[in-house]
Amino acid sequence: MRKIKEFIIEKLILLAGIASIFFVAMIFLFLLKEGLAVFKVETPFKFLFGKSWYPISEPPQLGILPLILGSLLVTFGAAVISVPIGVGCAVYIAEIAPAGLKETLKAGIELLAAIPSVVLGFIGMVTLVPLVKNIFHLPTGLTALSGSIMLAFMATPTIVSIAEDALYSIPKNYKEGALALGATQWQTIWRVMLPAASSGILAAVMLGIGRVIGETMAVMMITGNAAVIPHSIFVPVRTLTATIAAEMGEAVVGSEHYFALFAIGIVLFVISFAINVTADLILHRRKF
Amino acid sequence: MRAAWIKNPYMTQRLAFLLLLVSTLLIVIPVGMIVVIIAWKGIPAINWQFLSDIPRQGMRSGGIFPAIVGTIYLVLGAISFALPIGLLAAIYLSEYSKDNILTRLIKLSIVNLAGVPSVVYGLFGLALFVVFFKLGASILSGSLTLGIMILPIIITTSREALESVPNSFREVSLSLGASKWQTIRHIVLPNAIPGILTGTILGLGRAAGETAPILFTVAAFYLPQLPKSIFDQAMALPYHLYVISTQVPNVDEKIRCGTALVLLALVLFMNLIAIIIRYKFRKKKKW
Repeated sequence: MRKIKEFIIEKLILLAGIASIFFVAMIFLFLLKEGLAVFKVETPFKFLFGKSWYPISEPPQLGILPLILGSLLVTFGAAVISVPIGVGCAVYIAEIAPAGLKETLKAGIELLAAIPSVVLGFIGMVTLVPLVKNIFHLPTGLTALSGSIMLAFMATPTIVSIAEDALYSIPKNYKEGALALGATQWQTIWRVMLPAASSGILAAVMLGIGRVIGETMAVMMITGNAAVIPHSIFVPVRTLTATIAAEMGEAVVGSEHYFALFAIGIVLFVISFAINVTADLILHRRKF
Repeated sequence: MRAAWIKNPYMTQRLAFLLLLVSTLLIVIPVGMIVVIIAWKGIPAINWQFLSDIPRQGMRSGGIFPAIVGTIYLVLGAISFALPIGLLAAIYLSEYSKDNILTRLIKLSIVNLAGVPSVVYGLFGLALFVVFFKLGASILSGSLTLGIMILPIIITTSREALESVPNSFREVSLSLGASKWQTIRHIVLPNAIPGILTGTILGLGRAAGETAPILFTVAAFYLPQLPKSIFDQAMALPYHLYVISTQVPNVDEKIRCGTALVLLALVLFMNLIAIIIRYKFRKKKKW
């Protein structure tokens, strides 16, 4: 009797173990199931590189190039800001901060990771958006720049925690060797620690960027949502994620608009899949 | 003179450390400011009526009670789906899995589940639960979607907790004649409970704060009565905050900040509990 019970339990455990594979496959399959239908009315090339997104005009124009460029612009801006700051903060916490301060700083970063994105979007609307508007004398503060700043902020917990782990995992004798040769602490960090941790830091940056591309609510609330090809960082843009979130509520199930939004979901899924797999490969390539 | 100043390694070090400190402050100070601003502007809005009344006058006055209740239902639903599967999956990875291609695939899938954009979870929930299973926009659809989303958090933290139980514990139990499952059930699991609890609470906090996955699977724009069953739509705090900050004009800032404060407090409170459990456990650890 007990044997049967344990047999069942162990099968259940195996089933739960492979559930993750099952769910990832299901997500991809259902995105394909609903999204591929758009290619009956639009060729993949015209869908990806079409310059106008007018999903409810007659006939609908379903080109997502403005949305891709919107996402790229905001992401690029966020990366430019968050990578140096995030890596700098990781180095400070891992190498320089005194032990007591270290815990406080880490708690602060964890706190940031815990704040819901809709709350950050709200606070961005109230504080950051008017600030950007006044500093640059713009007609509206809901711009790609505001989105980049907010997203840079949201990407830092990912970058800091993974880069910090990468710095910790460097064998102690690397550092001791450099210091023993008379290098200053900074020379050791710059010439020994950072190069040794470079692959982990690269993974940290990639995962941070993955977080930025997938971010939805905050970016929808502060980038102004104009689905046109952006010509500068001071204009409103619309990202891939914000388009899905803002329009799916009105799209009729089974319409071309509905299929197109799922096709955008496929694009996002493929991007995040590529980023996560690459970052994981980098992180698990044993070096030492 | 200037060149000598730059070449002095100690001056370079000072400059570099200063820059590193500045980048750290650029992250930590705004975090503090965000919490302080929301608390400062939100506290005046918080009173018993705000927490217990339905939204009135097109959400421009009244309270947020239905949104709080909706979020609690969603979070409980998500955890009752994700905890059993997540815990069993963690047991598989920590106790049963061998170093083979299947294990590698499972780990890669978990990494991917954690990286899928939240709005894509929303699409998935819409396609599978709302449309395919015909559950409609309902608490059930939303809970299942959120449950799959927090699965990686629960698996990862529970697995760490299980793996931190020393192997000698297992060996002693097995050598006394206990079966593998008995060992897991009576020796490994009890010692891993604090870690599992931490992961569960972190998952709860994440589920409570997410908006994009519930946009098309459950969230109601305005629903003054409480949901009667898991097949009903419901309001939810994060979606309500989104609605009153962007969709409804002329909502008093006090109400918006009050709503943001309640949501933030809920999420941070759960994180705080998780941190306390982890801290106490670390101090008490017997091995």
